[in-house]
Amino acid sequence: MLERIGARSAEELFESIPAAIRLDRPLDLPEPVSEFELLARLKEIARRNAGGERLACFAGAGAYDHAGPAIVDTVVSRPEFYTAYTPYQAEVSQGTLQSIYEFQSLVCRLLGMGVANASMYDLGSALAETAHMARNITRRRRVLVSSSVHPAHLEVLRTYAHGLDIPVETVGLRDGVTDPELLRAALDDTVAAVAVQHPNFFGSIEPMPELSGITRAAGAMFVAAVDPVSLGALVPPGDYGADIAVAEGQALGLPLSFGGPYLGLLAAKKEHIRHLPGRLVGRTTDVEDRTGYVLALQTREQHIRRERASSNICTNQALMALAAAVWLAWFGRTGVRELARQCLSRARYLADRIADIPGFTIANTRPFFKEFAVLTPVPAADIVKQGLDHGLLAGVDLGRFNPEWRHLLLVAVTENRSRDQLDRYAEFLRREYAGARTAPSGGN
Amino acid sequence: MPNIPADLKYTKTHEWVRVEGDVATSGITDFAQQELSDIVYVEVTTLNATVKCEDPIGTIEAVKAVTDYYAAVSGEVIEANESLKDEAQKCNQDPYGKGWIVKIRLSDPSELDGLLDAAAYTDLVARSEHH
Repeated sequence: MLERIGARSAEELFESIPAAIRLDRPLDLPEPVSEFELLARLKEIARRNAGGERLACFAGAGAYDHAGPAIVDTVVSRPEFYTAYTPYQAEVSQGTLQSIYEFQSLVCRLLGMGVANASMYDLGSALAETAHMARNITRRRRVLVSSSVHPAHLEVLRTYAHGLDIPVETVGLRDGVTDPELLRAALDDTVAAVAVQHPNFFGSIEPMPELSGITRAAGAMFVAAVDPVSLGALVPPGDYGADIAVAEGQALGLPLSFGGPYLGLLAAKKEHIRHLPGRLVGRTTDVEDRTGYVLALQTREQHIRRERASSNICTNQALMALAAAVWLAWFGRTGVRELARQCLSRARYLADRIADIPGFTIANTRPFFKEFAVLTPVPAADIVKQGLDHGLLAGVDLGRFNPEWRHLLLVAVTENRSRDQLDRYAEFLRREYAGARTAPSGGN
Repeated sequence: MPNIPADLKYTKTHEWVRVEGDVATSGITDFAQQELSDIVYVEVTTLNATVKCEDPIGTIEAVKAVTDYYAAVSGEVIEANESLKDEAQKCNQDPYGKGWIVKIRLSDPSELDGLLDAAAYTDLVARSEHH
């Protein structure tokens, strides 16, 4: 190889790298093994993970163990589709473009919005893009975010906003949901957008129509970050006048996969189409009157508009978007309604059973959908740890996000949790912790 | 050679200006519309705002490119051509007439002396065409 590239020695090849940062010993690697030995070793390591397949999953906080019908994997595994990338030389990939167009159409229907893009990386990145979008549309500078938005998403938003010089401020809560009076007080003619998560990080249903009305009356844009499965039970963002709606698409047939890849849904009122970030597929007809699909309005995008582009995302989560489209088409309107109904009733059942256990209180004072926070008599982290020994992923310890929340356990219940698992979970809490030391006051 | 009316003023960024009283009407020149080809969308983002000469005050989207539209003079943007929302092609068909883009109330009429006259703009276009 050295001869081929015209170098006399390996030493000569690397001489432009300063000696001080060169490794002067061999890499610390084990001896080579065969393909089969390597596979056995990797499987052994993988078996140490205790994922949703071995544990009954009550953890959520943005990533949920929902039904994944076999048809999703069957379709996305087809070699014609099997790429993580947005199509390059796009128009030769008519099938991929059609699948993205159908994804966009399904997202519009689900969210009740006029136009959706080809997808973002996840809810965090989708939410972050809305700040930039709202600033460009309103020519205002600040963004307000409810304190009930997931702390991780808020952090992503702050990271994007820092580079764009957009001040991000939070709005406080009352009864565990965004306080309309605090929102009203924080609004003025410098606020570009108000973002609210619904159901919020603690699972509670936010007063979206009221918050949207207050926001829009002040000339700011209302951004709704929703759980797509909840839309089988709750009204979609378009119905309460949201200007932009975003959602985490993981629930739509994507495995938990230890945190990714996930899928960001982003949709807006049609009048804002030229300010949408990312890729957008349109349908048209060719000169022979045949249907064709194209990447539309690329003049918004970075490869054409450079530093004045609507965003610097130049891709989408094509394979994840396809999975979500298959999932949505498979379940349909009645299927999503049924899933939502089952989440709601199972979550309600478990919350009632937990509320009966001495020492445990449901922290949500407002209605919730499939997730709720439990005020626990011992640190929530202890319960999560102990649950592993009983085949339970007992929830998310909120102390991870804020030390004041260490006695709050966030519990998610999807349609995948059987009656038997719900009873087993409640019995586990009663047996291990009933009447344990009372929790300190505080909560959300 | 593109049409360059003798009674208008011009900018180096290919806007034209017609002054009536203290109001300057402006749009893009015939040369600019030829260069951009099919214009599909015109957006003025600064209606009712006070702008400075050479500020970007809107965007013009053609099939293959988007370009900024600059204020030819300083002042208050008092009107944008609403009809372009549905018929942006007027900028191609009638750039000096129905394809006007904004009206700005002048805050400093002396700026007009700094604009190009038709002869100077014709030179500019001739030089651009050689590239």
